[in-house]
Amino acid sequence: MTKKVLLIEDEPNIIEAVSFILSRAGLDVKTHSNGHDAVEAVRARDPDLVILDIMLPGRNGFDILQDIRADADLADLPVLMLTARGQEKDRELAKRFGVSRFMTKPFSNAEVLEAVRDMVAP
Amino acid sequence: MATLNLLVLVCLLYVALLFAVAFGADRAALHGRSRWLRSSLIYTLSLSIYCTAWTFYGAVGFAARSGLEYLTIYLGPTLVMIGWWYTLRKMVRIGRSQRITSIADLISSRYGKSTLLAVLVTVIAVIGTMPYVALQLQSVALSFDAFAEAEPGGRAPNTEATALWVALGLAIFTVLFGTRNLNANERHHGVVMAIALEAVVKLFALLAVGVFVVWGLSGGVGDTLARIDASNIARWEVSGSRWVGLTMLSAMAFLCLPRMFQVMVVENEDERHLRTASWAFPTYIMLISLFVVPIAVVGLDILPAGSNPDLFVLTLPLHAGQDGLAILSFLGGFSSATSMVIVAAIALSTMLSNHIVMPIWLRMSGKHAMMSGDVREVALLARRFSIVFVVLLGYAYFRLSGGGAALAAMGLVSFAGVAQFLPAMMGGIFWRGATRAGALAGLLVGAMIWFYTMFLPSFGASLLMPQAVLDHGLFGQDWLRPYALFWTNGMDPVVHAVMWSLTLNILTFVTVSIFSFPSPLERLQGAQFVNVFRHTSTTGTWSGGLGQSEDLLTLAQRIMGAVPAQQFFAAAAQRQGLEGYLPEPSTDFLQELERELSGSVGGATAHAMVSQIVGGATVSVEDLMAVADETAQIMEYSNQLEAKSQELQRAARQLREANDKLTQMSVQKDSFLSQISHELRTPMTSLRSFSEILRDSDNLTSEETRRYASIIHDEALRLTRLLDDLLDLSVLENGQVVMNEQVGTLQTVLDRCTAMAVGEGRKLEIIRNREAEDIVLHTDLDRLAQVFINLISNARKYSDAEAPVLTIRSALDRDRVLIDFTDNGSGIPTEEQSVIFEKFARVGQNEAGGAGLGLAICREIMQRLGGSITYLPGQSGTAFRVTLPVSTRVAAQ
Repeated sequence: MTKKVLLIEDEPNIIEAVSFILSRAGLDVKTHSNGHDAVEAVRARDPDLVILDIMLPGRNGFDILQDIRADADLADLPVLMLTARGQEKDRELAKRFGVSRFMTKPFSNAEVLEAVRDMVAP
Repeated sequence: MATLNLLVLVCLLYVALLFAVAFGADRAALHGRSRWLRSSLIYTLSLSIYCTAWTFYGAVGFAARSGLEYLTIYLGPTLVMIGWWYTLRKMVRIGRSQRITSIADLISSRYGKSTLLAVLVTVIAVIGTMPYVALQLQSVALSFDAFAEAEPGGRAPNTEATALWVALGLAIFTVLFGTRNLNANERHHGVVMAIALEAVVKLFALLAVGVFVVWGLSGGVGDTLARIDASNIARWEVSGSRWVGLTMLSAMAFLCLPRMFQVMVVENEDERHLRTASWAFPTYIMLISLFVVPIAVVGLDILPAGSNPDLFVLTLPLHAGQDGLAILSFLGGFSSATSMVIVAAIALSTMLSNHIVMPIWLRMSGKHAMMSGDVREVALLARRFSIVFVVLLGYAYFRLSGGGAALAAMGLVSFAGVAQFLPAMMGGIFWRGATRAGALAGLLVGAMIWFYTMFLPSFGASLLMPQAVLDHGLFGQDWLRPYALFWTNGMDPVVHAVMWSLTLNILTFVTVSIFSFPSPLERLQGAQFVNVFRHTSTTGTWSGGLGQSEDLLTLAQRIMGAVPAQQFFAAAAQRQGLEGYLPEPSTDFLQELERELSGSVGGATAHAMVSQIVGGATVSVEDLMAVADETAQIMEYSNQLEAKSQELQRAARQLREANDKLTQMSVQKDSFLSQISHELRTPMTSLRSFSEILRDSDNLTSEETRRYASIIHDEALRLTRLLDDLLDLSVLENGQVVMNEQVGTLQTVLDRCTAMAVGEGRKLEIIRNREAEDIVLHTDLDRLAQVFINLISNARKYSDAEAPVLTIRSALDRDRVLIDFTDNGSGIPTEEQSVIFEKFARVGQNEAGGAGLGLAICREIMQRLGGSITYLPGQSGTAFRVTLPVSTRVAAQ
């Protein structure tokens, strides 16, 4: 069964790159490019994994992560945070809010793919 | 009748002269030319109202009846003037410092300003003075009658009618004299001057009569001495008790008589006058009593038996046919009588109106009267009626006593009456333990005994006092016999009355004082009276006051600092109309100074310091100065500490500000670095990711390969642009950029910018008003173009219109060029308008991939060019206004 990945990201080139990599690996990739209705998008798409940026127009990734974890249905949903903000305090904050994995940009395509595969594995 | 008419005429002329003198003196005092009025000579002469008609006529009668005993009446005052000079000075000082208006005022003030005491003293004084006034009326009436009798075919004399006329005349005379004005200090320059003149007249008249008697009638000194030796006078038994008693009595009366108090204390201008009077007044008394014995002896010898010895002074010249001398003698007696009545009436009317009439009137008419100007009128009216009342009382006494009593006997009744004041007065001045209750009790007891043993019997038996009481005592109690209280038989009535009244007065006064407690006000007044010399400086001289001011200045300098204290004192002195640094230590000034000092040392301390210097000192001035020095030192330390503390606070504030600035800068730097990091990482992410895709992916279509390569290319350009912008902004912000002034028209610049924008990405239509762009600019045209290009490219990139149109409108506003860039999009939300010029500020979705530095750079450039760039709200789309001065040359920066 094809695993569904929801990519929440606003930078078009990065969306294209990540979509290309994951699609090639046989994952079903859907994208969402703004922050304010991101949580609704997660509920609607019902993905197996969410890849979440932090700097998003409308609402930042930390708030979206908190809302996801606050929702009983989504509490166990794997969330991979993929961000240009690589400072230690951001990583700490993400961990506290219940992130599953934290990776910084620029990333290695292979590492992202491996992480995703690992996280969606049954 | 011609002589009698002449006598009346002379009297009227004499009175007119007295009026003129009094009027002149009042005028002079009003105009401040009163130095001679205030001489010690005038003061001494005014004291001679002690010598009344009693002296002028009665002394001779006294001598004729009782021998040398008459001298006791003059011995008493002489002893007081010489021996009790200190006491007199104290009375005068108290009178001045307490603004005393009468003896009733003095006694009531001393005992806590007691109204009851004032009333009691007034009543006793009025009753006590009755016989004295009667004595004057009687003597003047008798002297008139003597003239009438002497006239050939003269009508039978009607002494009572004459006395009434005299009484009325004197009353009018006194009203006119004494109440012409109401002086605050109760001083009557005119009256004092007039009685001084009368003093001269009576002395001169008596001396003239004496000289006439000795050398004219008797035939020289030797002959007169022989007559004296031959007369009864030399053989009079001298009663020791009467001598001592009468001397004491006259001494006490001299101090207590209301009129004596008036001239001695109330009318006193200068304490130093007492010094002169202490020898001059006894001299006057000696002169006036010099010829008493010769006149008495010669009168007894020459005049027919049964002649009234009280009138020898007048009847001897008349008998010798010396009408001129007789008239002079009459004038002397008239002077003696009038001066006494005038001053006594003035003194008593002051007491009556101040202590009885005014209080009643004020209580009855309430508060309203005090506010209105009526008080003055009422007071004057009260005094006028009081004068008439006092004189008429005297007349009543004269009528009741039958007009036949010896003048001296009448005088002694008065003396004994007013002498009752002495214990309360002297006790008040010298004994702090004296109380109001004691004074009241003593006065009451003394006055009652005097009234019972002396005043009532003086009218003669059976008039006011039944013979039975005289013989067997009140209610038949023989220990209550008026002339033999407590079975003291065989005493002289006068000595008896004086002894008992004063002894019991003093005993009661002392005993009650000891067993009663003074009120706080009594205590205070008592201390002020007893210690009057300690509390007051020499009155009339300013040196003491200024000395205090100097001490105060020294004190103030130590507390306030030299210059402020000097300024304060000089200002105060100037307000008082004085030059220099030392003002009079007036109450106002002292309060002001206290307020000033209390700012430094606290109210209580300031009050203590000032009152220690001004009032009696229990702490030495040196001690206070030491305290003040310490205070000043402490204040200096505290000033220094305060200065240091302020300095520290300032430094701390600067540090805090610097720290805040640093923190802010640090936060800004962190935020800037984090933003740059993000801005750099984003294109680098694309670069890395797509290059890995190109490297690692198999089976890529050529389309895909080309697309990914161009993305990498674009992102590399973006990265370069970002770095360029960052560098540019950094250079602009640091002010290191050099602006190159060029000359060109706005039109050329805009042409260049639009041409560059053509064919770059999305299509953008640009509308301009070219005709308005013909403005010559002196500025860095390349930098200006950079701003324009940024705005045009922003419109192209961010306008959300389907067919974007940019309108560029140029206009000249006075010396400024306005260039508005307005697109046809939906504009920027109000809340974001304020941040668009900040670094890395981006509005909405960043699809165009700008780093958010463009507008920040534009703003920096426009500032450098002396213009500005602002968001123009209220347009249809996004609108920016660029403003630039037309002719301003760019300063070399």
